Amino acid sequence: MTSRDPLTHQVANKPTRKLFDSFALSWRLPIIVWQTLFFLGPLIFMVAMSFFLVKNYRMQEAFEFVNWSKMFSRNYFWDSYFLTFTLATLSTAIASLLAFPASFALAFKVSPAVRRWALFLLIIPFFTSYLVRIFSWYVILAESGALNALLDTFGLGPYTMLNTKFGTLVGYMTLTLPLVVVLQTFALSNIDRNLVQAAHNLGCSPFRSIYAVIMPLAKTGLIVAALFCFILSFGDFVSPYYLGGSKPPTLPILIIDTTKSGQQWPRAAVVAVVMMVTLITIAFAALALAYRTRASR
Amino acid sequence: MSDKKSSILKPTRRQFIKYSGMAAITAPYISRSWAQTTEINMLAWYGHGEPDMVAEFEAANNVKFNPKYYAGGDNMLALIAQSPPGTYDLILSDGEFVQQLNAAGYIEEMNAADYPFDDMLHEDFTQFPGHWKDGKLFSMMLRGGHLGVSYNTTAVTAEEAASYECFWKPELKGKVGHFDWHLPSLGMMSLYNGNGADLWDLDEDKWDKVQETTSSLRPQVGGYFDYGGTFNSLKNGEMLAMCGIGDWITGVLEKDGAPVASVIPKEGGIQFTESYSIGKDTEKGDIVKKFIQYMMSPEGQVKSAQMAAYPGFCVTKAGRAKLQEVDPKEAMRSGQVDGNPNDPIALINEGRIHYRDIPKQQSLEDWNDYWSEYKNA
Repeated sequence: MTSRDPLTHQVANKPTRKLFDSFALSWRLPIIVWQTLFFLGPLIFMVAMSFFLVKNYRMQEAFEFVNWSKMFSRNYFWDSYFLTFTLATLSTAIASLLAFPASFALAFKVSPAVRRWALFLLIIPFFTSYLVRIFSWYVILAESGALNALLDTFGLGPYTMLNTKFGTLVGYMTLTLPLVVVLQTFALSNIDRNLVQAAHNLGCSPFRSIYAVIMPLAKTGLIVAALFCFILSFGDFVSPYYLGGSKPPTLPILIIDTTKSGQQWPRAAVVAVVMMVTLITIAFAALALAYRTRASR
Repeated sequence: MSDKKSSILKPTRRQFIKYSGMAAITAPYISRSWAQTTEINMLAWYGHGEPDMVAEFEAANNVKFNPKYYAGGDNMLALIAQSPPGTYDLILSDGEFVQQLNAAGYIEEMNAADYPFDDMLHEDFTQFPGHWKDGKLFSMMLRGGHLGVSYNTTAVTAEEAASYECFWKPELKGKVGHFDWHLPSLGMMSLYNGNGADLWDLDEDKWDKVQETTSSLRPQVGGYFDYGGTFNSLKNGEMLAMCGIGDWITGVLEKDGAPVASVIPKEGGIQFTESYSIGKDTEKGDIVKKFIQYMMSPEGQVKSAQMAAYPGFCVTKAGRAKLQEVDPKEAMRSGQVDGNPNDPIALINEGRIHYRDIPKQQSLEDWNDYWSEYKNA
């Protein structure tokens, strides 16, 4: 096979590729099988289920649009959708902003040993059940809890923090912040220090070097970290339910509510499909942004 | 040849590893062959298959309960519908769902002579709605509990708690919680509107008014909780009054010393009822029947009244007498003493208690739809 080199305009010889490479396929096969069985299969089933009907608590195969029209015509569905989207966006922004100074310090300012310990400590929270970690916030955020007791010593409060959107965001941070710090730290650690040094040598201030050199170089990692944060927050049931008091409910809570009464799994599938479409759109947009190369000047 | 001699008592390191491995592999089979334990698959609300309820029966009869817990009658029906016939040997159901279990053919007929119907505390319990069909028994009532106003005694007085009106008390703004299930909460709103015994049988006008009343409570609401959330929010004082629950939650907290209580207000309260049925096509009908008989015995009734997960009241006279004998404190606390103003049987006789049911003129879906709107308001 031949192709023309765009710089030299000469025809170059390329190694030929086998149409069917059994060796390569055998290595790829497990993940293909896994994704087909546990992602693609259930996803197709979920989409199909959204057209089923429920009679006497049993799902019946059908191809009806009644579940879609029913859910889309309900104001509470759209209220939940926009609330969930807003909270997940807010969570992503807060987590990214809170994580960056810590990640920057871990990547550039501390010794490798300290960085290793810090990353280990950031991973430790994942050893405990997320639900347990959320319930432990009750002790801290309650009106009679530790935080209000501390504020009381300064003559402040008590403030209602549980069963509010603030509580939900605290829960989201519990879930996502350590992960965002870890991902951002990896992204920043991979930056070539010579480029940062060169920027300094050319008169770039430390602050400017962050947004003009470091952030563009770590763009992919920073966006991927933010994307993970959005995905986890958007789909989280525990925080909005237990720290937000389900007031008002987010989409994952709406799924539970829908299945609880009348076993309306097909309508819950409608909500789930809408969530999936939203997340896939956001993910593709984020990845396109992350891997977009700057146009040459 | 090595001169090291080994024996069973002094094994070499290699032998020790070998014997240990063999023991580890064969132990489960040895245990099973000795025991021949009968496994009973139970479908129930959380707590009914826990050791405080079943361990004694298991030890005495060489059986093992495999509980599968559900939350809500709909969930229970769905679990049965999605399982092959005969999956569940024993089903504990809310009283109002027995009729649907029977209509779907999920439960076996029972012999009334096997159970203490002549000892029931109230006549209603002998002919409980839905438990009989064409003179045949399909479910045995085990226990009950009452739902009314649950409140923090430091924030709401007993006089205020005597009416659902207290949920609208200005000082409770943001401090009224809901148990996140539409049926008991909307049932209470229906009672508050004066629908009394017709609380589930609402025509369009009455249903609109129930929605209106419920929506007016929304500014007071601090959250919607499941069992764990309800429990925690009452315990740490985040919620000072709770709609949709009763002593089944506050009773557990009260025993721990929390300043909470539940009362049946003047507009009336709702009774939840839990009943045992024998699963269709079970091959363990005899031992399941024996367990139901055990739970209906005075000892079983006491266990049910003291259940760690959530208390309920006895439904047999002998059970109530036994509770008063072995745990007078709990009998007094739960009102299961003659002459007590909160005696559940006296409340039923006074007409202040209405059995929990499903909507008569609307579908469950209509109620759930409104509930979702209410939560989003």
